[in-house]
Amino acid sequence: MSKPIEVDDASFEQKVLQSKIPVLVDFWAPWCRPCLMAAPVLEELAKEYADKITFTKLDVDQNAKIAAKYNIMAIPNLIIFKEGKPVSQIVGYKPKEELKKDLDAVLK
Amino acid sequence: MTAKSKKEYDVIIIGGGPAGLSAGIYTSRARLNSLLIERGVVGGQIADAEMVENYAGFAEGVSGVELGQLMQQQAAKYGLNITIAEVTGLELKKEKRVVKTTKGDFTTKAVIIASGSERGKLGIPGEKELTGKGVSYCATCDAPFFKKKPVAVVGGGDVAITEALHLAKFSSKVLLIHRRDQLRATRILEERARAEPKIEFLWDTVVEKIEGEDVVKQLILRQVKTGKKSTLDVAGVFIATGFKPNTDYLKGFFPLDKTGFIKTNDRMETEIPGIFAAGDIRLNSARQAITAAGDGATAAVNADKFISQ
Repeated sequence: MSKPIEVDDASFEQKVLQSKIPVLVDFWAPWCRPCLMAAPVLEELAKEYADKITFTKLDVDQNAKIAAKYNIMAIPNLIIFKEGKPVSQIVGYKPKEELKKDLDAVLK
Repeated sequence: MTAKSKKEYDVIIIGGGPAGLSAGIYTSRARLNSLLIERGVVGGQIADAEMVENYAGFAEGVSGVELGQLMQQQAAKYGLNITIAEVTGLELKKEKRVVKTTKGDFTTKAVIIASGSERGKLGIPGEKELTGKGVSYCATCDAPFFKKKPVAVVGGGDVAITEALHLAKFSSKVLLIHRRDQLRATRILEERARAEPKIEFLWDTVVEKIEGEDVVKQLILRQVKTGKKSTLDVAGVFIATGFKPNTDYLKGFFPLDKTGFIKTNDRMETEIPGIFAAGDIRLNSARQAITAAGDGATAAVNADKFISQ
């Protein structure tokens, strides 16, 4: 999987919670400028972590159910799920090197 | 464009906001082999601004993201190299200066430091714990999560007022909490805020604590003149009180003012010859995109003179 895949309220269970490998969900919205700026960084990371972490993105504007379930009140907001449970959360824009530290911690 | 295998430059610019990009436009047009190093994404803080209304030449305003992209395109057109990396060390005192980064070491004749500033934190209990759970530093990102709910904005400058005005489009009520009895913000913004019925002002007031379990529930306030404490029920609090220079990476490598900012003269020269600073990172910067761009141009012109000496 080299590019982040889009998930929504309906596909979240199957694509995120039931995944065999960890899944990063990028909670974003079109109005959020730092989210738009973070997108290319996440695309690069999706390539670098291919087969280790699945990168997904969820538009909080269109998918209020999942956004509310995980109490999303600030974006960009990245949650990494492992075996259906959130194990790591990164709120706000972070440079690539810092994100890599968080991703590597999850894979340990 | 990323840095090629060639690791020697005439000028290295640290930071890709308006100051760094403007410097890059000038150094590239001067045909100096120039590298701009950005740790995140090019554009800088201006990218958080929904609309920039005070950048001369854009009569109808321009979105912050677009302004950053236009500057980047303009710099790229003249050959500026841009690399995404973090600076990890500097050797500035030798003739060949070394900038160490997460993408390798680069040597250069001159350095322009333009790494800007970021939003300051209040440093009060509850702030860190509830960040992302009602505590926010970006109203353009998070305002829609507070539809029809009461929110507070802390601060009295341009950013605080701009955020309050943006929040008023969504929230039921916006309480502007300011530690003084008058605003620092530009008058036109103050006029708009005073004309907005959803915005209420709490003067001479500071936030002592942010409370809530999973999400923000209330703020503990103190009136600074009377010392009287009170609570305020809100669903969110947007912090816009000040700025902190991005100079942590320079500690030990470069002499900083005790506030963390860099002192320059009017040619943007720092106390080390060949090292320039531009934009928000300068002590007493006006902290505007346009003044940062002006600083960048001044720094570039003087870096060019320094190199050709």
